[in-house]
Amino acid sequence: MVRFENVGLRYGLGPEVLRDLTFRIEPHSFQFLTGPSGAGKTSLLRLLFLSIKPTRGLITQFGHDVATLSKDARATLRRRIGIVFQDFRLLDHMTTYENVALPFRVMGRHEDSYRDEVVELLNWVGLGERMWALPPVLSGGEKQRAAIARAVIARPQLLLADEPTGNVDPSLAQRLLRLFIELNKSGTSVVIATHDIALMDQYDAHRLVLHEGRLHIYD
Amino acid sequence: MTDAPDLTASMRMPSRLPPRNDTPMVPKNSISGRALVAVVAIMTFLASLTTGAVMLVRATASEWQSDVAREVTIQVRPAPGRDLDAATAKAVQIAGAFPGITGVRAYTKEESARLLEPWLGTGLTLDELPVPRLIVIKFGENAPDLGLLRKILSEQVPGASLDDHRGWIDRMRTMAATVVAAGVGILLLMFAATMLSVTFATRGAMAANRTVIEVLHFVGAKDSFISGHFQRHFLMLGLKGGAIGGGSAMALFAIAGLFSDWFAGSAGVDQVSALFGSFSIGPAGYIAVASQIVLIAAVTAWTSRQTVNRTLQTIG
Ligand SMILES: Nc1ncnc2c1ncn2[C@@H]1O[C@H](COP(=O)(O)OP(=O)(O)OP(=O)(O)O)[C@@H](O)[C@H]1O
Ligand SMILES: [Mg+2]
Repeated sequence: MVRFENVGLRYGLGPEVLRDLTFRIEPHSFQFLTGPSGAGKTSLLRLLFLSIKPTRGLITQFGHDVATLSKDARATLRRRIGIVFQDFRLLDHMTTYENVALPFRVMGRHEDSYRDEVVELLNWVGLGERMWALPPVLSGGEKQRAAIARAVIARPQLLLADEPTGNVDPSLAQRLLRLFIELNKSGTSVVIATHDIALMDQYDAHRLVLHEGRLHIYD
Repeated sequence: MTDAPDLTASMRMPSRLPPRNDTPMVPKNSISGRALVAVVAIMTFLASLTTGAVMLVRATASEWQSDVAREVTIQVRPAPGRDLDAATAKAVQIAGAFPGITGVRAYTKEESARLLEPWLGTGLTLDELPVPRLIVIKFGENAPDLGLLRKILSEQVPGASLDDHRGWIDRMRTMAATVVAAGVGILLLMFAATMLSVTFATRGAMAANRTVIEVLHFVGAKDSFISGHFQRHFLMLGLKGGAIGGGSAMALFAIAGLFSDWFAGSAGVDQVSALFGSFSIGPAGYIAVASQIVLIAAVTAWTSRQTVNRTLQTIG
């Protein structure tokens, strides 16, 4: 589904943040991405999300060589990928419901066709009562759950999450992990970047470890 | 620059209703959006006033010209042994018979005397002075062949000469052209200032929206979708500002026109209307101001599109 071959990344004239990355993400797979702070986890997720281009190497996603895709084609491809940012990136002028429904709205789907689905998911992540609230009045954990709900609502084939449990208590972290596992069982490949050892210990999955720009894979 | 979101929205919404997507993609009523509307309104107002003033001067100048150009005078100069009355009568007769001329009027001796009163004082008899006699000739839109008239007069009436005010008209034409050129120059500067300030105000308002662009981009919106939303939003802001500014300018012109009509006849206004004709920019002026509003709104929309595209380029 995703193939990296000798991928390198540097920002501007800086040092190579990522070096010679060669790995695959298989369909239906589940992996944790870990490594010390500043190791390049977020950078790798951004490469996977097509939001930056590698300095060298080849990235193939869903069978397309990413370098040859047009902007519109990349946008279309991005609809098959859900992403949860470390800093959430919710739109402050829209309600929680509207934020979560945004991927559908951008696809041009009619609201009647997805309203129940959005409400159900919001209830599931415990935001049923906060549906009409605007992000600035949500707590950190509530924002996190809203961001996760937005990433998974359109049932992406690939889910990328950057520190998705950074702001929640252990029991909610476990609940969110269960959401990711459910999603994985229904066919989505999941990549979760995290420092949270306790979280990784709860589920047996591939571990991708970034260290000094290189990737080590533990199955 | 970030705009505080409207936090009361969540309180207004009764939570029993089913949730709805009714917030526009681009935040409405942001502080920077209101600032943009204000800038557009002020600049449109000033640009409209300039346009109106230029059109007023141009219309007035051409009015003066056509009034003067529809009139020529024949002067019959006295000379020893010349029968001035007979010569004047002869000239009147020739001019009256000339094709294209609609009115001929000779100033009588008394009228000529009155013309000279300011210089020579009252109670003077023209018989004692060699004062030339004037004949005013009027014609319509199409000037008669003045060259031929001049030739006939000089052949048949000794001492008669035709003055078509060419010198005056030329001088006035030059003056009016200078005034209009200066006005157009000012208008162009005004326009440049408007475009620049609208462009910068739009960019400022867009800066607050960078997150919106990024998020839409991340949830898979195509560039055309994003820039389309922004363009529409900013077109509306531009139209709103333009309508406020241009509308105020139009109202001002309309009121000025009404006032000059109401007070027509009072001395001060007569002076003004002698100078400016009727104080009204006419339908052409209103059309010019209206198209200015549309143009300025289009600039706002276009700038927002440019800014969106540049932002999209930086985020891949
Ligand atoms: N836009 C950027 N421009 C320049 N350098 C950057 C940029 N983004 C990240 N870096 C650098 O790249 C390196 C990797 O950063 P990255 O954010 O990927 O780390 P991370 O593993 O996600 O860290 P953390 O666990 O703290 O989130 C860091 O040294 C960082 O300073
Ligand atoms: Mg990071």
